[in-house]
Formats: sequence, structure tokens, C-alpha cells
Amino acid sequence: MSDVCIVGAGIHPFGRTEGRDGMDQGIFAVKQALADSGIEWKDVQFAFGGSAASGNADNMVSQLGLTGIQFINVSNGCATGGSALNAAVSAIKSGEYEMGMAVGFDKHPRGAFNADPSSYGLPNWYGEAGYMLTVQFFGAKIMRYLHEHNISRETLGRVAEKAFRNGVKTDHAWRRSEVDLETIMNAPMICDPLTKYMFCSPAEGAVALILASEKKARELGVPIIRLKSSVMRTRPPGSFEVFAASIDNERGGTATEIASKAAFEQAGMGPDDIDIAQLQDTESGAEIMHMAENGFCQPGDQEQWLLEGRSDITGQLPINTDGGCLACGEPIGASGLRQVYENVVQLRGTAGARQVPGDPKTAYTQVYGAPGVSAVTILQR
Amino acid sequence: MSAQPIADNLFTEDMSALVGARNRENGHIFFPLPLTPDDNIEPIRLASRGTVWTYTVQRFPPKAPYAGPTDPEKFKPYVVAYVSLPGQTMVESRLTGVEPEDVTIGMEVELTAIPLDPDAPPEEQKLIHAFKPVQGE
Repeated sequence: MSDVCIVGAGIHPFGRTEGRDGMDQGIFAVKQALADSGIEWKDVQFAFGGSAASGNADNMVSQLGLTGIQFINVSNGCATGGSALNAAVSAIKSGEYEMGMAVGFDKHPRGAFNADPSSYGLPNWYGEAGYMLTVQFFGAKIMRYLHEHNISRETLGRVAEKAFRNGVKTDHAWRRSEVDLETIMNAPMICDPLTKYMFCSPAEGAVALILASEKKARELGVPIIRLKSSVMRTRPPGSFEVFAASIDNERGGTATEIASKAAFEQAGMGPDDIDIAQLQDTESGAEIMHMAENGFCQPGDQEQWLLEGRSDITGQLPINTDGGCLACGEPIGASGLRQVYENVVQLRGTAGARQVPGDPKTAYTQVYGAPGVSAVTILQR
Repeated sequence: MSAQPIADNLFTEDMSALVGARNRENGHIFFPLPLTPDDNIEPIRLASRGTVWTYTVQRFPPKAPYAGPTDPEKFKPYVVAYVSLPGQTMVESRLTGVEPEDVTIGMEVELTAIPLDPDAPPEEQKLIHAFKPVQGE
């Protein structure tokens, strides 16, 4: 079967852009993606898009042009971008369309996301008593993981240090200055064992990708990046998710493990075949857990990986080459697509100062979010 | 009137245990008892002793809907743990009677109730669940 290809990619810088709302950032990204692929809006046959806090994506047509395009809104929490991409791939694979778009954008207010217990099926006391905080979940989950796999807290610091180091070299990143390990470790604790620098922040940004059938991609004459797999999965029994007043004594797998396995199967590849990976790093601990959940190392090996710089841009498997969520922030609707954008740029060899050496040919993304959803893509040049 | 539990159906009547839920069909036990009655779900008395499976420390005053003291000057970080109750489930709970630095995974703890705001007048105090270290046998 022929592959679905990414023929255009656009991004609005992440971080804070005063005076430009989330949807306008989306428009910016779409226009860039169109220019990148050398097509016009009227050539786009369909779109899937979404945002968590910046309105319905289909409203973008009023600015992009009333071409009558099929435009479906996606609302899938942190997996919104990944799900939009997934749906766009299916639309082309089905043979119904030849070229379409996946877009995600968002603009969140400062500070941690506010959550309402009732929207999670929880009683009011859960919030009143002080449990309705995502940061507690991240702290408690990685605390157990470090304990079980004998990983030092300093490894968490090294993940953040790497993220900021990569962010310096990334045009679309929000945090553009290095932070040394000592500063990261000695920063105020948010939820043990995670300090201030080990968490990403809600932010703003947008990404648009133009997808096409292989035949169409060849006609366009642009560099062809093949989407070998695009998989989205939900959690199995016994996973450990946010806002859980109880979790089962019997521990189970994770949504990421399921998605990753399916993605490798679909692509006919294994973890050893991957040259670059962008992994969900809501906080430092997430990157550590996801290294193993996606099959790139054994649980417990992460300490050595970070110490030896194996996940650096020049390492054996560069991870989060644009600084990930830690350096870019997390606009929910756009975050998963940012990972794919970064891989497109890396595979084209146009990533500038952060370009992974050695002519990379395969690249992997994984986005994870509440309440236990995970989306994986594998790209190949 | 003395201090009252923060919610109905959180503790048993005598406050000696938490009320959990059991699915009659598959035996799955969880916490708390759902707000909406369900024929398949029955209340169950949860074990009052367990071990700390993991924990974290809430280091900054939470925003609403948190109803405890939030004055940054007076805010005291609190430990949030998952306490494994043998053969039942792991309950998310505060720990009390132990400093954050002294908490260890695997430590034995037992159920108690603490006021959400210790500085509130006794008649206005709301009691929340917490586990405290088991003192030497």
C-alpha cells in the first residue's frame, strides 16, 4: 500500500504572543504550511483540527477562504493534535481524498490548568481537600518510578537541562536560555521530587501539517516524508492516571505501551530502527518513563542514558530535539503536532543549529495526556 | 456541634474506616463511593491500615476549589500519598504526623481524621481523611 506523506509543515512560535489569539496563531501556521508545500488553500480538500481553549477550528475558514472544504473539529484533550493527524491520514488512506490538513492551536492563561472535580466524576470534597492538582499526580507517579527502578533525582534534572540546552537552538521554542543542573536541582520544589524547572507550563502556539497521497506528493515535487504509522490508543486496566482517588493494587500497562507497540507493528520497524524521538515531557519524569514505555530502553537504564548524553542531539537516539514541552510549553491542541513538525524539519535536514547529524531517516513521536490517551507517529524519509 | 466530616459517605459512621465501593459483578474495589447510586455497586468498609505505595508533597497553596488555608505566610506543605490497603485498593490520602522529609515508600500507616483548617473554630472544622505512621508495635 502506498504511504501518506507530509508535504508541508508550518508553525507559529510557541510561548506567549500578546495580541494574537489562538486561532490567529493557527491561521499563521496554516499559511506557512501552504507556502511550504507550494499549494493554495483552495487545493486543500479536507481538514481536521482542534484546540482546547481557543475555539472551534472550523471557524478558520472565514479567514482562510470559504472553499466549502470538509472541516471536522477534534476535541481529544492532550491528544487533540495527534487525533487530528490520525483522522487525516485515514481520510487519505481510504482513497476518498488526495490532500488535506491537520491543524492544532491553543492559547492558555498563565499558571496550572484549573480543574473542576465534577467534570471528572469526582465528589466536591476531592477538590476542597486539596487533591485536584495535576502536579501531584506527576510527582507521585515519578516518585514511585524512581523508587522501583533505582533512578536518582538528578536524572530528572538532567532531562530538564537537556531540554533547555536544545531550546536555545530552536526558533519556535519559548525558553531560549540554558539552565544549569545545580539551578534546576536547587529550584523551589513544586511537588516532590519535581522542582520548578522540571515542569512545562501551559502556553500558546499552533502547528499545521499538509498531508497528501504518495501520488499527489510526487506531483508536487516537494521533499517526501512518509507517515509509516499514526496510532492513537486509550488506557488499559490498572494504569495510573491523573485525578485518581484510588488506583488498583494490581498494576497494569499504559496507553503509551499499547500505542507504541501498534505503531511499530504498523511501520514494520522496532525501536532500534528509530533515529530521532520526540516524547511527551509534561515534566522531566514523563520523558524518563516514556523512554522505556516506547521501547527505547529498559526501565532503570535512563540514568545511564542521561549521564552519557545518549539522548542528546549528538547521541545515539536524540530525544526532544527542540526542547520538548519543557522548553516550548504546552498549548494542548498544538503540542502533539509540534513533535511531528520537529521531525519533519529534522528529516529534511533543515533544523539548523539543532540538526541531528548523520542524515537521519526515521523519526518517532509520542504524545500522552489525560485521562490516559497516547498517540504515536513514525515518519520515514 | 463538633467537627464534622467534609462529606457524607466518606467515613463509616464511627469514623474508624473509609467507605469504599465494590462492583458486585467483578469484585473490583475502588474509592470513594460514587455519588450516583448504582445497583451494581455496594459500599464496603476499607482497611484502616496499609503501606505507602508512593507520595508527593504539595508545596504551594492550591487555588479554588481548595478550601483549606491558602495564606502563603501560613501555608504548610502537605504530603499526598497512595496507601495500599491489602487485598482492596490504593487510596489517595494525605499523610499526617510525619514530616515530608521522613516519608518513605513502604512505611506502615493507619487511618485517622484531621481538620482541613486546624485554625478554624472547632464548630466549623471539616474533617478529612489522612493516614499516620503506625507507632511501634
